[in-house]
Amino acid sequence: MRAVLKGMTRPFTQTAGLARWMLVIGIVITAVFLILAIFAPWIAPYGFAQASADGVRFPKAGAPSSDHWFGTDRLFFDVLSRTIWGARTAIEVVVLSIVFCVLIGVPLGLISGYYGGWMDRVLLLIMDAIFAFPSFLLAIVFSFLLTDLFGGSVLAVALSLTAIYVPQYFRVVRNTTVSAKEAAYVEAARAMGAKDGVIMRRYLFGNVIQSVPVLGTLNAADAILTLAGLGFLGLGIQSTDAAEWGHDLNRALADAGSGVWWTGLFPGLAIVLLVTGLTLVGEGVNETMNPTLRRRRLLPVVMPARQETTNTGEER
Amino acid sequence: MTRSGAGSLPRYILQRALLVIPMIWVILTLVFFVLRVAPGDPVSAALGGRVSEDALDERREALGLNEPLIKQYFDYLYSVIRLDFGTTFSDNQPVLHVVRDNGGATLTLTMAAFLLALLIGIPLGLLAGRFRDTVPDVVIRLFGILTYAAPIFFVGYLLQAYVAPPLGLPTSGQATPITVFAVEPKTHILLIDAFLSGDTAAIEDVLTHLLLPAVTLGLLVAGVFIRLVRVNILQTTQSDYVEAAEARGISRGKVSRRHAFRNALVPVITVIGLQFALLLGGAVLTESTFNWPGLGQKLVEYINDRDYGAVQGIVTIFAVAVVLISLLVDVINALIDPRVRY
Repeated sequence: MRAVLKGMTRPFTQTAGLARWMLVIGIVITAVFLILAIFAPWIAPYGFAQASADGVRFPKAGAPSSDHWFGTDRLFFDVLSRTIWGARTAIEVVVLSIVFCVLIGVPLGLISGYYGGWMDRVLLLIMDAIFAFPSFLLAIVFSFLLTDLFGGSVLAVALSLTAIYVPQYFRVVRNTTVSAKEAAYVEAARAMGAKDGVIMRRYLFGNVIQSVPVLGTLNAADAILTLAGLGFLGLGIQSTDAAEWGHDLNRALADAGSGVWWTGLFPGLAIVLLVTGLTLVGEGVNETMNPTLRRRRLLPVVMPARQETTNTGEER
Repeated sequence: MTRSGAGSLPRYILQRALLVIPMIWVILTLVFFVLRVAPGDPVSAALGGRVSEDALDERREALGLNEPLIKQYFDYLYSVIRLDFGTTFSDNQPVLHVVRDNGGATLTLTMAAFLLALLIGIPLGLLAGRFRDTVPDVVIRLFGILTYAAPIFFVGYLLQAYVAPPLGLPTSGQATPITVFAVEPKTHILLIDAFLSGDTAAIEDVLTHLLLPAVTLGLLVAGVFIRLVRVNILQTTQSDYVEAAEARGISRGKVSRRHAFRNALVPVITVIGLQFALLLGGAVLTESTFNWPGLGQKLVEYINDRDYGAVQGIVTIFAVAVVLISLLVDVINALIDPRVRY
């Protein structure tokens, strides 16, 4: 327990100054969006597809006012509400896709790396081919299929994202497994007669899982962008099913020249902020975990000047 | 592997080129099956309601969609080998014609964006890495993160709303219809055609249309370059030979210029090559935002039409292009850096 806590606080204790500030800012931004996402029904003043309240229709593309802080869009929806509900959609999709990625990528990587052989080679080839292909195009192809199967739902988009990010999890886990299985403690376990399954679960899993959180945060940032991109192209979630920032921006594009600035600005800023937050967290954690990037903690030795010990009068 | 020096270079290139075949094969297989397991029938999805049931059957027959899936698959692979990328279902034209007519716009956009990204990204990345943890580093890093975090269509939206009107810049299309009409199509790349025609008004028109889309896409990639160059600089400045150079009393600026920068840029070349995939993905969004008549926009149109033939053909061509470019990058890299060839 103590080791886990120590591990979790390592990014803080081992960084200083700027790196720590960037990490803290990232965590704060991410936390705010998490709160918005979880408590969206209570925080948002209206529903995401609500065009009237108390029998009164909202204005069409109405400017920000006391009733609608961020104004309303051309479908009479409240922009503030849609921006808040959008956080829920984004986080739902991203969390779901990361869970799928871990569930598929980690076991596959472990088994592939542990047993090696032709299966490992085939899997590597497939994953590398997927990884080399433009991920956004692949996401388009997969959402083309999956929205046919599941409709424009959160699940369909989450699965398309899973398809494009799983190779990274596979690669990282597989490579750490390959190097970790040569370690003395694994050999010791094998010498004691531990079965392959036990070695993978008890000895290798804890070792290879460590790189997943960094990958997860960095992927989360990218996934938000991919999700919004799909929504922008009209391939993601439909605007009456859920609030989605990318799709809202697509509808706002027509307003760009007409002085209706509030429909596009707020969902856009929401994307920028959340992605920035997640990137800062991911980079901050990465810089502390990755020894080649970590700044040497040893401070240069400064010889105390002689006068400091003798000159005590001025210090008081 | 035991042979060293220039002798192993052709061998490396051959090995690398042979790897291209399974890569392309995996992607093609993936694309084929992903598009085919989709429920519903592609022909009625693309043409449904517009033609009679008999005509639909005829089209299916003509396209070979009544054949068993496995035969279709091998037919598809065989046609790709013959560089035949199929026909679109909805408007029944060869995919290669679609590529010819729209590929030029995508090429112009991506190349312009790539150049801009290099011009912005590399100097800023070097600067940030050189002055780590100082104000310039913080500002440049934030800029790098923001360009990455801002979705292409949001940057495009902001440019369209706040930059284009005061400067009078166009925000839609590749050129005015007059220019498109006046310039004689020779290469199917409007920018080159405009230059060939020597018509200064046409050149200016094409360039002003190109500016905002190229900046939008270029900023995204520039952000990646900044991060890459910075991290590589940091890693090389911690290496032994840099320390040794410093220990010999060479000034920091000179060490950075003479020793660190050049070595830091070698791995960057590889990764820059890999950004081509990002660039292509980004081009799809940029084209949609600026109504740019490229392949990406065409792809989105065909997707909305549920045109499997067109989607499969265009994605196949993208796949082949990406794999060939990564091959090219690796070969160039092997020429520059002997360590790659081992």
